[in-house]
Amino acid sequence: MADVAPTNPDTLIANGDPTPAIRVRDVVVGFGSKIILNGLSLDVRRGEVMGFVGGSGTGKSVLTRAILGLVPKRSGTIEAFGLDLAVLAQRERRAMERRWGVLFQHGALFSGLTVRQNIQVPMREYLSLSQGLMDELAMLKLDLVGLRPDAADKHPSELSGGMIKRVALARALALDPEILFLDEPTSGLDPIGAADFDELIATLQKTLGLTVFMVTHDLGSLYSICDRIAALAEGKVIATGTVADMLAIDHPWVRSYFHGARASQMMPPARLT
Amino acid sequence: MKAEPEVTSDRAGDALLVRLSGPWTIGGDRALEDAAAEIERAGERFGSAIIDLSDVTALDTAGAWVIDRARARLAGRGVAVDVRWANPRHQTLLEQAGWRPFEREKPARRGGVIGLLAGVGAGAVAVLRDFVRGVAFLGEVMTALARCARNPARLRPTSVVFHVEQFGFRAAPIIVLINFLVGCIVAQQGVFQLSRFGAATFVVDLIGILVLRELAVLLTSIMVAGRSGSAITAEVGSMKMREEIDALRVMGLDPVEVLILPRIIALVISLPLLTFLADMAAIFGGLLVTWGYGGLSPEIFMARLQSAISLNTFLVGLIKAPFMALVIGMIAAIEGLKTEGSAESLGRQVTASVVKAIFMVILIDGLFAMFFAAIDY
Repeated sequence: MADVAPTNPDTLIANGDPTPAIRVRDVVVGFGSKIILNGLSLDVRRGEVMGFVGGSGTGKSVLTRAILGLVPKRSGTIEAFGLDLAVLAQRERRAMERRWGVLFQHGALFSGLTVRQNIQVPMREYLSLSQGLMDELAMLKLDLVGLRPDAADKHPSELSGGMIKRVALARALALDPEILFLDEPTSGLDPIGAADFDELIATLQKTLGLTVFMVTHDLGSLYSICDRIAALAEGKVIATGTVADMLAIDHPWVRSYFHGARASQMMPPARLT
Repeated sequence: MKAEPEVTSDRAGDALLVRLSGPWTIGGDRALEDAAAEIERAGERFGSAIIDLSDVTALDTAGAWVIDRARARLAGRGVAVDVRWANPRHQTLLEQAGWRPFEREKPARRGGVIGLLAGVGAGAVAVLRDFVRGVAFLGEVMTALARCARNPARLRPTSVVFHVEQFGFRAAPIIVLINFLVGCIVAQQGVFQLSRFGAATFVVDLIGILVLRELAVLLTSIMVAGRSGSAITAEVGSMKMREEIDALRVMGLDPVEVLILPRIIALVISLPLLTFLADMAAIFGGLLVTWGYGGLSPEIFMARLQSAISLNTFLVGLIKAPFMALVIGMIAAIEGLKTEGSAESLGRQVTASVVKAIFMVILIDGLFAMFFAAIDY
């Protein structure tokens, strides 16, 4: 970790470090003749919760996967903490991967391992902590995401959808990352569960000083926990800003999204002023 | 140089002042654990201690956990510990990720003789259950077949043809190749061993009877169990994992009829055809080796073969093939349907499917040998 620049969230937040946590410039991603992202640029500032919205199939998940290096980009640059991810050496790349945690849309828990072992996978791979401390940390992470200790010895197939998301979040947090990528964290949860999950993310974000990059469809999450929102359409970010900024944007998709029937119901009256 | 968590302690009157400095994060790895142990070691000789966090440069949940755990353990030994001068963010972390007991009952484990006996018992019951399940499943397959026979529109010819291509046509090259090689090996050994008794021409009888009655069908069945049985188990198993089988059921479709019957029918069609190819390949291999290595001309080989074998020698092998196919298909389907949620379980079922199918194929071959001997066929 020491080879990649200072990583102390305290000083970074205190000094208001101007380098964004993630900086995406003119990225083009396509599959075959189909261009998904066409010259997309985006900044995610340190310590903020960035909500990323867009219609289905516009490439929200593709951008996340491109940042994480799971999908190759055709051109453009992607930087994390000011380092260009394309030119990092293997060692630096691994150090970088320790600094982010990812919650996949369907959890992507290892089905052959118990919940506790799932959370310990990153610790086991990167560190040489004693088994006792790893067990305690895994239990602590479970407790932080609001699961009971008896879930620890279950296998993913024995868990409900909401529990899978929580365990996946606990695993994403295993190494205390600085950036948390969430791909539709509340999809498939009931409204109460989704609200709980939002609150959980907000609490963890404040406590741990995380930067959160969240792809979501959930208006509730956007209103309640996102500091800024970026809207994706036609392969580009068409607008960024707070919910209030979004309401003022005059783009057909953004208008119908934030002024639709569902959005009006979500709107707390106080926010309008 | 990588900064590490550090602990320095001083006496301050009756109390001990423990100063923590450096980054207390999970990146510290073992050093983090050692530093935490150091706090406990320093503290336990005193009546009270103050932990000073003002020089800590970074703290995360792991760091907060080990510090607070040290505090709790010292408190448990009667040392009053005060954690002070943490900055507000660290204070929140200490509160959120502070020490807490986790009670978790360990699963009861039976050891020794009782555990061994319990294991043996469970194994025996599992074998019995497997047998009952097999018979029940055979019943299900037969009822599905009967339904299709009464109403042929329910049969899925496209699926059957597709699987005949997968299990039969695409398996033909490898089956022909291995049987050709085995025919060659049997012939070589036959010529080599029998020539010592001056009975080299009997090699043709050896090849004809051994290959047609036993070897070709056995090798083909084993190959098909490994190649197609495993594929069926993996397909059915992953469909089970993704609730696709349940989806079929709630649509009023019988998974046995939709998925398993076409595959079993395809196997029952393919395996005899493959066995025939295997017979021919092995005899051809035998012919080439007896000619090249044993010096027996093809004309003599053919004449000898005609007198050595009769139609029933050939049929004995072929009759067994559909039964082998049925057993392979059924075991594959049963094991596939037993799959649970995890990737590990799928792997286990595929292994079990292939192992059980090969075992049963050999067992059935033995039973057939006894049966044909008894009826003198």
